[in-house]
Amino acid sequence: MVIFLLSVVTYLLLAWSGGGIDPAEIAIAVVLGGILAIGARSWNPERSWTLAGLNPVRWVSFLVYLFGPFLWGMVKANLDVAMRVITGEIRPGIVRIDSGLKKSLASTMLANSITLTPGTLTVDVDDGPKEGNIFYIHWIYVRDENPAEEDVYGSFGKWARRVAE
Amino acid sequence: MTILIVFFLVVGVTFNLLGTIALFRFPDVFTRLHGTTKCTTFGSIFTSGAVILFAIQKLIVTGEGRFVALAVHVALAIFALLITNPTGAHAIARAAHKSGVLPKLAVVDRLAEDEKKKDGVSA
Amino acid sequence: MNPTFFAWGATIIALCALVMTGRLIAGPTVPDRVVALDSINTLVVAMMVLLSIVYDSVVMVDVAIVYAGLSFVGTMFIARFMEGGV
Repeated sequence: MVIFLLSVVTYLLLAWSGGGIDPAEIAIAVVLGGILAIGARSWNPERSWTLAGLNPVRWVSFLVYLFGPFLWGMVKANLDVAMRVITGEIRPGIVRIDSGLKKSLASTMLANSITLTPGTLTVDVDDGPKEGNIFYIHWIYVRDENPAEEDVYGSFGKWARRVAE
Repeated sequence: MTILIVFFLVVGVTFNLLGTIALFRFPDVFTRLHGTTKCTTFGSIFTSGAVILFAIQKLIVTGEGRFVALAVHVALAIFALLITNPTGAHAIARAAHKSGVLPKLAVVDRLAEDEKKKDGVSA
Repeated sequence: MNPTFFAWGATIIALCALVMTGRLIAGPTVPDRVVALDSINTLVVAMMVLLSIVYDSVVMVDVAIVYAGLSFVGTMFIARFMEGGV
């Protein structure tokens, strides 16, 4: 359902060019959204036709996250990388972190946030163990070889849990 | 408004330049990915933000609907970049590590250690 | 505010992409080249968005969105190829 609505809205936004919208466009959007939703379902049968993804609290908290801590983290990350580009001061290494996240959406969000924020880059995610996914993170300046969650990516783990799990 | 647009453009172009320098200055694949992914994504967001501001300014001056469409399309492009870029970087890093390109100068490499442990158990 | 600024910004970004081609040719390993290719794709998207102002056409942005999607698919495919999955 989420995929259907997102694709319909995206198609209409792309087809809209300032004036009104042709009813034919809406029909095409609905057909394409239906095809995409059915395709996603047959590709991953565990998906269910629920409205859980439309929970407004989650969407609002996602937007708050996007424009609050994430944007601030990105600004810090770029100033940090700019400093390292100019001074060339690096001490790289790959560290391991148990995130405790189980859902793939939350893991994706956390991995993307990690990649765009200060000094860290997700290299691999091991989703085998029961107690949660293990992240292998390339850290450009290793301060601690066995770091805790907060040392590496601050409050992003909490946000990912709040928004997507 | 004009000053703000020029500021956004200058910041965006500067970060794109920094990303280019990072590609040549850092020693191995992973640190290069750090520099280029962050700097080019951030720089592109800022240049696209300048375009959105320009469209809003034109909209206020002329009142034509197509500038709203321009702003909306640019926002969609920003979202596409924001989702695809880090995912692509993640895929490259993982593929590089699996194909045997290990980080130079690394003080610690837990992934290689854990992979060795797994191979030892299975073999 | 005239579009000349946007044209200059697009020019500098195009020069950046040209310089990155050096890493694309010289990169010692295959992943280095893929990193360079990925960054060039991002820069091309940014350039197209800027040029949409210079040439005054919204279609350019649509092309940029499609280009971003295709470059993402290409990067994923090359990454999967390097892992040995294809």
